[in-house]
Amino acid sequence: MAKSEFELTWQDIEIGAAVTEPGSAAAYKTGDWKSQRPTYDFSRCLKCGICYVFCPEGCVRQNQKGHFEANPYYCKGCGICAYECPTRVIVMREEEEK
Amino acid sequence: MGKRVGVEVSIALADAVKLADADVIAAYPITPQTHIVEHLAELVAEGELDAEYIPVESEHSALSACLGSAAAGARTFTATAGQGLELMHEVLYVASGMRLPIIMAVANRALSSPLSVWGDHSDAMAVRDTGWIQIFTENGQEVVDQIICAFRIAEDPNVLLPVMVHLDGFNLSHVIEPIEMPTEEEVCDFLPVRRNPLTLHPSKPVAMGDFAPPVVYTEAKWAQEQAMMAVKPTILDIWDDFAKKFGREYKPVECYKCDGAKNLLFTMGSFSETAMTAVDKLRDAGVDIGLIRLRLWRPFPFEEFRAAVKNAETLLVLDRCISSGGPGGPVASELKAALYNEEKKPKVVSFVGGLGGRDITVAGFEKIILDGLELAAKGQEREYEIVGVRE
Repeated sequence: MAKSEFELTWQDIEIGAAVTEPGSAAAYKTGDWKSQRPTYDFSRCLKCGICYVFCPEGCVRQNQKGHFEANPYYCKGCGICAYECPTRVIVMREEEEK
Repeated sequence: MGKRVGVEVSIALADAVKLADADVIAAYPITPQTHIVEHLAELVAEGELDAEYIPVESEHSALSACLGSAAAGARTFTATAGQGLELMHEVLYVASGMRLPIIMAVANRALSSPLSVWGDHSDAMAVRDTGWIQIFTENGQEVVDQIICAFRIAEDPNVLLPVMVHLDGFNLSHVIEPIEMPTEEEVCDFLPVRRNPLTLHPSKPVAMGDFAPPVVYTEAKWAQEQAMMAVKPTILDIWDDFAKKFGREYKPVECYKCDGAKNLLFTMGSFSETAMTAVDKLRDAGVDIGLIRLRLWRPFPFEEFRAAVKNAETLLVLDRCISSGGPGGPVASELKAALYNEEKKPKVVSFVGGLGGRDITVAGFEKIILDGLELAAKGQEREYEIVGVRE
């Protein structure tokens, strides 16, 4: 995409607001409205990947150390990963908390 | 040169759609529009018009089918009236938002309840903000001419918006009039082959009418509004070209005996012909009165309207619609809004009449004019006056 939707002016809008470029959800940050986010204490992490399997958004990826982590730009804050984690690595916190 | 024929206006309208070589017609018959689509169905069935006629189960589907066909690049026509137009309501916004050049004839009719199939502008006024270009016609010749012009206006690359051509139900749709029908060659010459900047095509995918979150909806609507506001010069050019080729002139605002008149009567649609006779009679009797008629309702021709009334002291407005609980007729309140910031503005007296097919005769118009002038002189007690109601 040339411009993000936040930068489009009315002149940039295609006739009839048509979408001519095939898009993908990857182009849009869809996690900005979550109210809770997952936080991690990787010292207890078994690298089992259960959070990866259960994430309904498919936004959990394995990092270079082998730990699993949600991408905050796409995570909706549902808390399923925290609920399923066998060793309580993941704790959900309010967005405004550090 | 075209041929002068005596024909019912609805039939002439359908023949004009044939001359414009429409590709797809989707419509549901509803009184008083029925004759238009019946005749088109006949033309298609008999092979006189090479088009797809889609019979549908409701007006909502009729316009939805039109969306698809126009999006695929076909020259598309539909017609409706009254309740049918209301059933199309949400799809009207989709058509204009998607910038699809669909042409629709509306045989104006009152809205239920109580059930009425007769002439009235309530249906047109209810859809005035849907983003369609709206043209009001006065007689059969104008209906035919404006249908042909409408295709060219809608499909112009600077416009690409749907157009409604309004004709009063029965008063105009069902009368037999002498009409000069243009020839196929003349219309072919005037109306170029449709070129589509953006259409549905398997090898070039496009998503139309897509989802717009709050962050882009305003921009999308403003782009549409910019297109609508830029339409008028194109319409004027097309009408000029029509006048050159066919010899009949059309303007957004039509003035009749307005020169030097301090008082003006304002009408829309087929009533104007009756009103002209009343103006003639009163002028002969020494009453200072002229007539102005609006042909282009959307986009509203602010400059032409202000120029037409700039020397007037009184403007008597007849609406064929009630804006319920509002300041009077919808047209009258719009005219007041158009004049509000002017330094010199006429007094506006709002009349509502001719509802649900109620006839207003020449004598009726004379009474409206004389009553209106009296009300303007002594001051109005009510927001609007209703014409001919039994009290």
